[in-house]
Amino acid sequence: MEILSKVHAKNLVQWAKDKPEVLVLSADLTSSTEIDLFRDTYPDRFLSMGIAEQNMLSFAGGLAREGFFPFIHTFAVFIYRRAFDQIAMSVAYPNVPVRMFGFLPGIMTPGGATHQAIEDIAVMRALPNMTIFECGDATDVESVLDVAHAVNGPVYVRMLRGEIPRLFHPSDKMQFGKARVIQEGTDITLLTTGICTEEAMRAVQVLQKRGLSIQHMHVTTLKPFDDPSVLEAAAKAKYGVITMENHSIIGGLGTIVAEVMAEAGLGKKLVRIGLKDTFVHGASKPYLMREYGIDAMALIAEVERLVDDRFGIVESELAQTYLAPVHSLAKAEAL
Amino acid sequence: MDNQSQPNCPSWHDDVRRVAQGIRRRVLEHTVKNNGGYLSQACSSAEMLATLYLKVMNVGPVERPLVPPPFPGVPGPNNPNSFTGAIFNGPKAPHLDRFILSPAQYALVVYAALIELGRMDPEGLNQFNKDGSTVEMIGAEHSPGMEVMTGSLGQGLSQAAGIAMARKLRGETGRVWVFMSDGELQSGQNWEALQAMSHHKLDNMGIYVDVNKQQCDGPICSVMNMDPLAERLASFGARVIEVNGHDLDALAAPAELERDGRPLVVLADTDPCAGMPILQSRIPKLHYVRFVNEDERNRYQAFLADFCG
Repeated sequence: MEILSKVHAKNLVQWAKDKPEVLVLSADLTSSTEIDLFRDTYPDRFLSMGIAEQNMLSFAGGLAREGFFPFIHTFAVFIYRRAFDQIAMSVAYPNVPVRMFGFLPGIMTPGGATHQAIEDIAVMRALPNMTIFECGDATDVESVLDVAHAVNGPVYVRMLRGEIPRLFHPSDKMQFGKARVIQEGTDITLLTTGICTEEAMRAVQVLQKRGLSIQHMHVTTLKPFDDPSVLEAAAKAKYGVITMENHSIIGGLGTIVAEVMAEAGLGKKLVRIGLKDTFVHGASKPYLMREYGIDAMALIAEVERLVDDRFGIVESELAQTYLAPVHSLAKAEAL
Repeated sequence: MDNQSQPNCPSWHDDVRRVAQGIRRRVLEHTVKNNGGYLSQACSSAEMLATLYLKVMNVGPVERPLVPPPFPGVPGPNNPNSFTGAIFNGPKAPHLDRFILSPAQYALVVYAALIELGRMDPEGLNQFNKDGSTVEMIGAEHSPGMEVMTGSLGQGLSQAAGIAMARKLRGETGRVWVFMSDGELQSGQNWEALQAMSHHKLDNMGIYVDVNKQQCDGPICSVMNMDPLAERLASFGARVIEVNGHDLDALAAPAELERDGRPLVVLADTDPCAGMPILQSRIPKLHYVRFVNEDERNRYQAFLADFCG
């Protein structure tokens, strides 16, 4: 598997080159959110706002009303927790195009509960006019800018930084409202978001070898959530549907899928893998994923429970699994 | 505060006095009629709003007094019909100023001002707080004279600063004027905004603060003291000018100062009973006037008759 470094830092500079109306706003986390290169390249379009997120969000609303596209960069918690009223009234209500890039979603930081955005999707999706995306790999991080920029209204992105895997071929870009099919199958439909997609891919490869047929789809648009292919996949699953996310099981992907399944009258079992209504504490990503049950082994355990079987999979099998960048099956050609 | 022209006064004084008196009369009328209203705010800010519109702000005209359109639905990607109440402040242009009302509960006072200024049809006030109307009790961005959502106090100044930043980036010469009340400065977001305005040198902004020393629970000094307000603001980098909020020349003068990189804050010391001594008996309960009994209402009715006479 290819690992890339500082994808957003370079990509944003290139992408914004011919977009003078794009401004980047920082709340004293400039290198932590990979906008230092942007600051150095386009100093006139970089606005330092200090550790003052409430003002930053309302200020961005003012800029957006005047025709600019403010790109907010900070840790996810400091966007939606600190400045929720400001997002609601200065940004979401007037439906202005503020793009909010929330870094360190879920357990992606050892910074502890104060830094871990575990209910951001739940909170943000309740806001009218809000669109929500989540990135799961380098291709998502590169292509989310175009997808977000095409939205008429505010956008919240769960963003990745640092070393990021390339799970999808660079030409297999994120698309608005379309889940990517990684694997087709009929026993279980597995819907994953963000960093959980990579985890799930490891488990799925081994489970397939044990004879299970899994429909694995990577979801990047969390709101609106109306991709018909997701419901179709859920409907054909013999044993049921599993969602897997780096977020509380309340209000995130699991809840969203439960809502659409229930409204469609789809009487399938649904298993929600995620943080089980709990805060998390400061520790490493692998430790937290294992401890709170959002890693590949947790997925395997839930699959075993769902199909009432045991596959005797040991962790070393997963570690050896090589993940090559895939073309999602949604694409006609594998260029 | 009378309608008489005084010798040696500039001619705009007459207009400001007429509008200020009209604001008081209309809000008093409304309060008597509806058994409730933001009357003390009209008294404290009448000269401020009139001076802003007639002397300080360079805003364009409206063709004729506008009838407030009905509520067009909330803004959203599928609602092309939403609008803001900025249409009452004339056209938007790079050289023209903008007005942001921060304390949205002053909406009634602004509506009265817009009528007196010939920007809103007098019928508009009859839609106040009526279902389906944009003439809302706590003004919103679609309400006459308003442009952004400011009912959650603290957000107005930040949004205005964003607008001012955008205008600065574009090299526009028009300024952004923010009307505030003193009580709302207790909210921390305003201080975040002030430090950002100073840092980004937004001297294309001016804030007029109605220092009436009152808030919902009573006198500010008893609810949450902010003294020394001028020093606090200055320490955040603002250019603070303290004036008598009923003195027209004093109110107008700060806007004439050559800009020096600092955001301008005019602290207008006002009397929440100015022009209506009848209000004094309600002190310290001045935030919202609702009559305690029919007798009190009758006394205000009689006062209104005098006021108009």
